[in-house]
This record gives sequence, C-alpha cells and structure tokens, in this order.
Amino acid sequence: MAILKGKKVIIIGDRDGVPGPAIQACVESAGGEVVFASTECFV
Amino acid sequence: MDLENQKRVKDFAEKFGPENLVVVLGAAEGEAAGLAAETVTAGDPTFAGPLTGVQLGLTVYHVCEPELKAEFDEAVYDDQVSMMEMVLDVDDIVNEMNNIRSEYCKYL
Amino acid sequence: MNSIIKGVGYCLNYTPGLMLQHGSTIVTERVVNPDGEFLKEMGKHVRSFEDCVAYWPNQVYIGNKTPEELKGVEFPYYDKKVEGASRYGKFGEIMPEAEFLLLAQACDCFEVVYLEKGFVAKHKPELAKDPVITEEILNRVTEGAELSEIQGFVDRHEAEPLFYEGALIGCVKRAHDIDVNLSAEVMLENIMNKASSVLAILHSLKHSGVNANEIEYVIDCSEEACGDVNQRGGGNFAKAAAEIAGLQNATGSDARGFCAGPSHAMIEAAALVKAGAFHTVAVIGGGCVPKLAMNGKDHVKKELPMLEDCLASFCIIVSENDGKSAEINLDIIGRHTVGTGAAPQNVIGSLVADPLERAGLTVKDIDKFSPEMQNADITKPAGAGDVPMANYKMIAALAVKKGWLDKADLANFTEEKGLIGYAPTQGHIPSGVPFVGFAKEDIEAGKMNKAMIIGKGSLFLGRMTNLFDGVSFIIQKNTGKGTGAVSEEEVRSMIAKSMKDFAASILGNQE
Repeated sequence: MAILKGKKVIIIGDRDGVPGPAIQACVESAGGEVVFASTECFV
Repeated sequence: MDLENQKRVKDFAEKFGPENLVVVLGAAEGEAAGLAAETVTAGDPTFAGPLTGVQLGLTVYHVCEPELKAEFDEAVYDDQVSMMEMVLDVDDIVNEMNNIRSEYCKYL
Repeated sequence: MNSIIKGVGYCLNYTPGLMLQHGSTIVTERVVNPDGEFLKEMGKHVRSFEDCVAYWPNQVYIGNKTPEELKGVEFPYYDKKVEGASRYGKFGEIMPEAEFLLLAQACDCFEVVYLEKGFVAKHKPELAKDPVITEEILNRVTEGAELSEIQGFVDRHEAEPLFYEGALIGCVKRAHDIDVNLSAEVMLENIMNKASSVLAILHSLKHSGVNANEIEYVIDCSEEACGDVNQRGGGNFAKAAAEIAGLQNATGSDARGFCAGPSHAMIEAAALVKAGAFHTVAVIGGGCVPKLAMNGKDHVKKELPMLEDCLASFCIIVSENDGKSAEINLDIIGRHTVGTGAAPQNVIGSLVADPLERAGLTVKDIDKFSPEMQNADITKPAGAGDVPMANYKMIAALAVKKGWLDKADLANFTEEKGLIGYAPTQGHIPSGVPFVGFAKEDIEAGKMNKAMIIGKGSLFLGRMTNLFDGVSFIIQKNTGKGTGAVSEEEVRSMIAKSMKDFAASILGNQE
C-alpha cells in the first residue's frame, strides 16, 4: 500500500538539510496532500 | 522540534485522525531526524513542546528514505532533492528512522 | 574601478549573564518547563572568561589564529585550549562581561540602562584600559544607581534584570509603559546589539588606519529591529552606533535579510563606493542576545559547556580603490531569485555556479569559498551538522554535475577550497563575512587570488514568504584599475604637459 497517496502530509523541512518546499514538490508528485509545510533553522 | 510546529502537528492529528497523517522530514543529520520522528510518535523528548507526553504514533519518514523515493516522481526528486544525497549521511538517517518507526509508529 | 576592503573589526563579547537570563531558549524553557532539568543544570555548564578566550574558534574569529591553523586542531574544540591566548587580536577582541555592560550603558541615550554604583566604580578602570575605548565613550559611563532603585524597577516589572556572576547589578528599563516595541526586552536586545557594533567599528578603525571622520556612510545588517508602535522597524541602528563610535561625518541606514544581510550590505557598500556616492562606507553587524545559548539544551544534555556565550559583531570598511588592497568584484554576483526555488541544488547553483558561468569561470577559479562559517563544535551536538562542510559538499556535488570536477576529486575539493567553521551561531554573523579579514590578508600577501563570500538567509522564519534568499560576491586581488584610472592631479599635469608640448610645437613651426 502506498505511504503517501491519499494521505494528509505534514512536512518538517530543515534549512541545512532538505527545505520544506523541496519536500512538498516530491510529496505532491506521489499524490500526497500537503496540509502543512515548514522549514526549521538551527543556526 | 519547533514548538509552533509541534502545535500544528497535534492540531492536525486531532482534525484528520492520526491514522490519516504522514510526517515527512528533511533533517540534516540522523540524530536530528530521530528526535523529530520521536517527537511525532512517542512525544517531545525535550519536554518543551505541546507534544510532551503525547504519543501520536504517526507514520514518519525522511524524504531521502527508499520507501518514499519509490513513490516520488523520479524527475521531481532529481530536481529537488537528489543532490543532497551526496551531502547527507543517508545511511545514518535511514537507520535512525527505522529504529523509531519500529518502536513507536502505530499505523504502519 | 572596484571598491576595496580597507579594514575589518571582529569582536566577541563574553556575556554569560545575558545568556542565562535572556537567551531565547532559556526564556522559553522558563515558560514551558520551569521545573525541568535543563534550568537546574545549565549553571554548571558556563565556561570561564579565560576558557572563552582560550577557545580555538574564538581566537580565529578575532584574528590571533588562522582558519588554516584551526585545520590542524583535532575536533571537537571545546576541550582544547590555545596556550597563552590573548583577549586582543589583530581584528578585534573578546570583551569581558563587566566591561561590556559598561559599554552598553555608554550606548544608552534614553536613560534605560541602570548599573549599580559599586559595579561601575569597580569596572570602569578596566574598560578605560581598552585601547580602542575613547575618552568620549568613557565620559558617557554614568556614576550608577543604588541597588535598591534597580531592584525596585525589576520587582515592578518595569525592567529586565542584568546579572553579573549571579548577582543583580543592573537593569534595562522599558522605554514606554504600553508600547511593546519599546519594552524592556526589546530595549535590552537593541542596546546590546548597538554596543557590540560600536566595539567592532572602533576595532575596524584601528585595523584600517581610517580616521573616524572619513567614514561617510554606515550600513547595519543585523537582525534586530528598532522603532515604536507606529514604525516597528523604523531604524536606524547604523547611525545610532556611528554616533557613539564618533563617526561625525557619517549618515547611514539599516539593511535586512536575515543571515544573508551582511552579503547584501557588502554588495551595497561596494556599489555605493564604486558609483562615487560615498568615498568610505562601513558595514556593521551587531550581536544577537536571543541567540545566546540557542542550542544550550543540547550542549547541557551532552555534558558540554554552553558554547554560545558570546555576542559577536563585525565591521568591514569599504573604500575607494587604492591600487593595492583586495577588491570587491561587482561583475560576478550570485543571487537567489524569486524564481530560483528552495531545492538545494538550485540555491547553490544560483549563488555559486551561475555567477561563475556568467563570467566564464568555474569553481576551480576560486581559491576559497566562505559560505556559512558556523562552528561545528556548536552545531553538531545540536543535530545541525557541520554547516560549512555541508555547503562545500553541495558546491562540489554541483561542480560534478556541471562536469567541472571528477567525482573522485570530491573530497580533495572540500579540503582545498573549504574552510573550517569558526564563527558563533549568531545568525547573520557567521554568514560568509567572518573570512573577509583573512581573505584580504591572504590576497594582499599573494597567497590567493579569489575568494567567494556566500550569504544565505531563511526568510521564511519571518512568516512573510516561504522563500529562501542569498547573494554572493567575490573578493580578489587588486586589478590595478584604481591606479589605471588617473587622479585629478594627474589629469591636470597631463593637460599642462600637452598644452606645453602644443605651444612648443606651434613655436617650433613658427621658427
């Protein structure tokens, strides 16, 4: 069963890893519905 | 995890039901990925945020994990993320995520 | 002709008292987890001033050690000391807390900073010994207040307390009873920022040999905002700091861009000078109180000292081309645009590969890259990794994608073109600019030709846009164009000579 398709997806990106909007594009390409995307910053 | 983000996760879990939610992380290190994953499954390990003591057990992955990559459009992943595989310690991240998932995820 | 780097000032202000009371992580913890282990334990993790001075990354920041020398030190750094370390370096200094609080009071123009009389009397002679502190600044240090008065302000919640070695010795009062933009917290942050900037300006004057009156414009690129309810970020830190530093002929303004601020400000300064609008411009960035102990919980949990105990600041003086100093090349500027997006490869492409390609260069033409120079001793235990190293890996990975580099050379590339991070996590402070001083020296000594300074900023933290941001620029060997473009005097003498020759030729013809 697909992990993302048809699911509500919360994204916690990282400024020094992978940022939120980049993850969002991937998740949407897999049919996930992004309900919240954020990018954290530790520096 | 940022306190505001914890609040949002908690609210969404109440609104949509934890079984319908997936959290996708972009953390730079295995340890940070593990802590974030722990926060949305077993509760905030730093005892600071709204998820302290809240065991949501959400399904959680890092964006670089193979299970998610298999579902992404290859071209999109290549454009948006692929280069970071040369930067991040993906093995370490995958390892941490697997540990947390096997222990705390309720909806796999 | 390109503008040059005339001089730099890099300072640290050791402020554990401010850290334990006003760092945002600790303030938040007091609200959400007042009985937690962290608040109980943190006091044991404060390092001494001597340890802070002897800390390798700090000695590099103020110019006593080089990034190259830091390469030879085994990671982690917190358990190693620089033998015979001095608080003063060629770029600046590490100021102890008592002196810094006196300097902060000297920067107060609205009677909001109160220090206890005995504290002032004890520490004023120490501040007076600092070679860059002027008589005018010392004269601004007031006699001080009674402790009972200070205690009263704090008890009535009209002021934020200032502690020194655990004891209440002062406070910062609110500047308005209702307006939150002038609250005690905001006033405290802003005055500390201003004071740290003033110190960096004074050191940059010393380092550059520039007279205070020569500076015509100051750009502040910190991350604080000053203003009141009707103009919350009205400004202007630049002019406020210039006033105390004695820059009588300067005006200025504030530029903002999160951590990318300094790179934006440097490009603006270089352009203003190149355009002839101003002869000499100072770019300043002051320290950030909330970021003290930002990652302190992780440091305490891992039994480390709380390494974020310093307010950092810098000042870079940009001036007209003198024919010899390292210059800023405005023809090769990288910019993260609205359309660039957030994908890491696009971000680094826009800042590094695109500007080089436009100029017909590759990454191989750059000797050193200075991206975000955060000290990994601080960031690694907090799960943020080695930030400069991540940047180098990204640049190298991109270079491989572009065909500029063999995959086998990836590791060599980061070693050869990279630097070890040594700047404190004060947001804008580590962002590219800490290396400008060393780059100037190395370029002028003929050790390298080109360094790329890269600033990146997390605009999304302001909740106004989801966009990222960044700009980059190149510092390079003086191209001599400054001397090539002749001075007014030279033009006069050339005209005089040709008139003479012309006259002589007419006379000759007549004969």
